Amino acid sequence: MLIISSPVVELSEIQKGIFLQKIKSPEIAKEILPGQFLNIKVSEGFSPLLRRPFSICDVEDDNIFLMFNIFGEGTRILACKHKGDLINILGPLGKGFNFDADFDLAVFIAGGLGAAPFPFLFRKLKNQKNIISFVGGKTKSEVIKYNIPNYSVATEDGSEGFKGNVIELFEQEIKNHLSKKIKIFACGPNGMLKALSDSVKKLNNFGYNLTCEISTESAMACGFGICQGCPIQDANNPDHYHLICKDGPVFNVNDVVL
Amino acid sequence: MKTIDLSVKIGKLKLKNPILLASGTVGYGNEMSDFIDLNILGGIITKSISLKPRKGNKPQRIVETSAGMLNAIGLANVGLEEFINEKIPFLAKYDVPIICNIAASSIEEYVECVKSLDSENTIKAFEINVSCPNVKEGGLQFGNNLTMVGKITERVRAVTDKTLIIKLSPNVSYISEFAKICKENGADAVSAINTLVGTAFNINTRKPKLSNIFGGLSGPAIKPIALAKVLEIHLSVDIPIIGVGGIMNWQDIIEFMIVGAAAIQLGTLNFIDPTASVSILKGLYNYCSERNIESISKLTGSYILE
Repeated sequence: MLIISSPVVELSEIQKGIFLQKIKSPEIAKEILPGQFLNIKVSEGFSPLLRRPFSICDVEDDNIFLMFNIFGEGTRILACKHKGDLINILGPLGKGFNFDADFDLAVFIAGGLGAAPFPFLFRKLKNQKNIISFVGGKTKSEVIKYNIPNYSVATEDGSEGFKGNVIELFEQEIKNHLSKKIKIFACGPNGMLKALSDSVKKLNNFGYNLTCEISTESAMACGFGICQGCPIQDANNPDHYHLICKDGPVFNVNDVVL
Repeated sequence: MKTIDLSVKIGKLKLKNPILLASGTVGYGNEMSDFIDLNILGGIITKSISLKPRKGNKPQRIVETSAGMLNAIGLANVGLEEFINEKIPFLAKYDVPIICNIAASSIEEYVECVKSLDSENTIKAFEINVSCPNVKEGGLQFGNNLTMVGKITERVRAVTDKTLIIKLSPNVSYISEFAKICKENGADAVSAINTLVGTAFNINTRKPKLSNIFGGLSGPAIKPIALAKVLEIHLSVDIPIIGVGGIMNWQDIIEFMIVGAAAIQLGTLNFIDPTASVSILKGLYNYCSERNIESISKLTGSYILE
């Protein structure tokens, strides 16, 4: 874990309202893994007060990439940074995806900005595993495909690809792959993750053996376990919460209650 | 470099500098030790411990507000047994006073916790969190009730000779009355202030942002209130005060000491910059050095009101 000030290299708008910020941070680039996150102080003083958590989108040589939309004050400030402006980064934080595990087919499922962690995961897996992806959103403009391989699109309003939610699309398509050893990596809104969790459990009850890791999110203050602000119910112990920042943000879908 | 004495005294407890890390913002020290050498600190106040482990409140537990944050963690903690067996051995490796914060839902539970921990050499002092629901009396907070705060202080005092600090709630009309009753019942010091009760609502759903509805406000937003409470106590009660509330830099610490604090606690700042104490210590040293203040403790209560 480091606290380091790193310069912005460039900001690009990869599609309307979705920004990709490139930051030169060799120290973070060297250590961080897909699915981990960074807690970022967007201004020099204490306004806004808290750091903002961002999952690592990609790493290329000495550079790290963050993907975000303008959601509030913090992201508005971040989007106004110029080349050379320093950004104070705390990280790498949390536990990322376990992508070394034994599987033949990686399935990426992303809802909206849940697409953020996949470019880096793709970079790690691309020459080793077959990958199929499902990306979704309420409407066409919400679907993010940036550096996501071999994707099918679902939109709830039918403006692009499959009409319906991304988990319905996944359920329809996964039938063609059930003979393979599958590992699912998913990131998106809680409702999507819950639907996925139900879907995976249903398939496994039929005797399949899909493993599934989900990347969760929560409001948090510190990002490293001291504020205790980001609990998620432990599926194996009703008296215990995991902390999303420290025990996650990536969990095996069987280990948490969504 | 000049020799500046940054040490301060709280009851029997000598601290090498006035910087304590506030309970609930430093865990049990292990996460923080990834960022700084804990030995540079004046002391560490551990996350509130209760007799049994507490799961804490459901999410959402944190909301950011203007210049502050609300938290409703619900005193989530590992409980006394795990604290003794697993957390104290880690803290024992450091040469830094450990102050154990105790949370309880009855007077008996406060007493039992302190009794069980009193023989632990690593623990040099107790800080009693009275901002807890009094289960026996219908869940009202102990900290708002003068008689209860007096009783807790008296009963805990009877079972420990270690430095006893009562952490006072600001959600009362006159905090100095509480400081007075703490002193009368044998407390060595008071911490002022705990968080202020606040809430935040989502205007679209009309629901509270915190699952607990109410939370504790901390951060720079509360500093002027904390300063006023420290000053109020200092003006009327002769008891060491540990100032806490929205301290973000060394200047804030000097300000707290001037209005009467003998030591201070860093709280919310730890979430944002866990290394802050390193630069803050330099700032304190320089302030004293430039003004020929040989001992920082001379600043305590050095206000000029006329």
